[in-house]
Amino acid sequence: MMLSGQITRGIPVTNDSRLSEPSQVDDHAERGVVVAGLNIFYGDFLAVADVDMHIQSKSITALIGPSGCGKSTFLRSLNRMHEVIDGARVEGSVRLDGVDLYGSEVDPVAVRRRVGMVFQRPNPFPTMSIYDNVVAGIRLNSGKLRRAETNEIVERSLRGANLWEEVKDRLDQPGSGLSGGQQQRLCIARATAVEPDVLLMDEPCSALDPISTLAIEQLMLELKQNFTIVIVTHNMQQAARVSDRTGFFNIAGTGKPGRLIEIDETKRIFSNPAQQATQDYVTGRFG
Amino acid sequence: MFSGLSRAAGINILIILAGVAAFLIVEGRTGIFGDTEEMSGSDNFLQYVGPLVFGTVYAASLALLIAAPLGVAVALYISHYAPRRLAQTLGYLVDLLAAIPSVVFGIWGVTVVAPILSGNLYPSLNENLDFLPFFSGTISTSGRSMLTAGVVLAVMILPIITAISRESFMQTPRLHEEASLALGATKWEMIRQAVLPYGRSGVISGCMLGLGRALGETMAVAIILSPSDGYFWSVLTNQNSNTIASNIALKFPEAYGLDVNRLIATGLVLFGITFLVNAFARRIANAGFSGADG
Repeated sequence: MMLSGQITRGIPVTNDSRLSEPSQVDDHAERGVVVAGLNIFYGDFLAVADVDMHIQSKSITALIGPSGCGKSTFLRSLNRMHEVIDGARVEGSVRLDGVDLYGSEVDPVAVRRRVGMVFQRPNPFPTMSIYDNVVAGIRLNSGKLRRAETNEIVERSLRGANLWEEVKDRLDQPGSGLSGGQQQRLCIARATAVEPDVLLMDEPCSALDPISTLAIEQLMLELKQNFTIVIVTHNMQQAARVSDRTGFFNIAGTGKPGRLIEIDETKRIFSNPAQQATQDYVTGRFG
Repeated sequence: MFSGLSRAAGINILIILAGVAAFLIVEGRTGIFGDTEEMSGSDNFLQYVGPLVFGTVYAASLALLIAAPLGVAVALYISHYAPRRLAQTLGYLVDLLAAIPSVVFGIWGVTVVAPILSGNLYPSLNENLDFLPFFSGTISTSGRSMLTAGVVLAVMILPIITAISRESFMQTPRLHEEASLALGATKWEMIRQAVLPYGRSGVISGCMLGLGRALGETMAVAIILSPSDGYFWSVLTNQNSNTIASNIALKFPEAYGLDVNRLIATGLVLFGITFLVNAFARRIANAGFSGADG
């Protein structure tokens, strides 16, 4: 595996003055993402209520559930991207390796540097070349880099995203010229280039054909050796194929908040879930 | 029925355009090649029109230099920073600027802008930067200088630059903005990474259209500028190259004989300049938007 163990922490990717690492994390339970009593609001509207979740480090957690159940909102609250919408706020806490992402002195920008995101539709910057797309995040975070260093990052990230062989001869061409699946892998390379701790994926395959979907799923299995991955998906087979743990979100009715019904080993969720609602959903009886 | 009507309207435009062009060429020809003995002033047409072209381009460039950064900044503020209600109000007010008649801008320029600038800004520019040819010379006490004309023209073209930039900034796909934010971009970094590249062609075409308007602007310049014959780089003095449009407006009422033809010929030159600028703007706008769709 190309990426494993070789990630050079020397590159000043995260600006740690704003989001400092905890001095020591002895408690193993604190590794990964720990969500406690999380309520997500848009203005006065409670969108997601009372989520407790422990997302283990270096694993894939899938979030499933019917449309509108708040799983995407929950996902976006993990890197504070939901705050892009006016009036969005949370109660409760989200801790990444012991650091509260919603602490009063934490800058959302610093959070997003440690928690990357891949979107539903591939969104490479249309005016940038493939090369510039990959280093876009690096350029934001760490001023001037030598050409050799960025070259290395581009190659490593594109190899990590299984895209290097396909694009190595046309790095200077626009990213928008690639196929949908390639664009999505370019976006993954862009997100992983800044070496985040966590990678959030919001239905990353829903705009892709089955072959590209397969490529992305294989990639996720490789990426989890280095990153903690949380994926929202509508495709239950996908959740079953790639994830270690699966969380099921549901909504009681329109205007009611979405809730985490249960989260467990993926095998258990798809064979013998604790809740009847989960059983109904995964067997296709509703949703 | 309607296709016939719209076709007739389309043909009408062509006829009018061709008619104006033919008028300019036919009447202007004698102005260009006619006997200069019968005209007042210069020996040949190039000598006559040169300073006017210079003045036209100079005034419009000054206006663009001032209005482009300001217009882009206002557009960004409206599209990405201001709270929604303030943004709407501000956008409306900027559009309203475009509704003010140019003669009003001229009067405002002479009675308000010129005294303020010549009383405050010009002396300090003249003292501190007079090693630059632009700020040397004796400053005009009335303030009826090239820079005043440029400032007023800038205010006049601000709405068009702002409106077109704002539209293209607002069309930036949310996905691109979120892509940038998710990489840990601050708002300003997001704007530089996603919004400005996307809106670039809009900004350029807005600037070109503004430039086109500034080139052809007549009344405001005619009222503000105190013109002289010749090429003048300094923007603070009483001696300024006139613009083509303003020169026509000032001279036409008293012109007779071949002088009229010569003025018409300068109009033909202005037509050519604005046509080039507009064609350029259109090409950039078309190329840019189709490229940004991907």
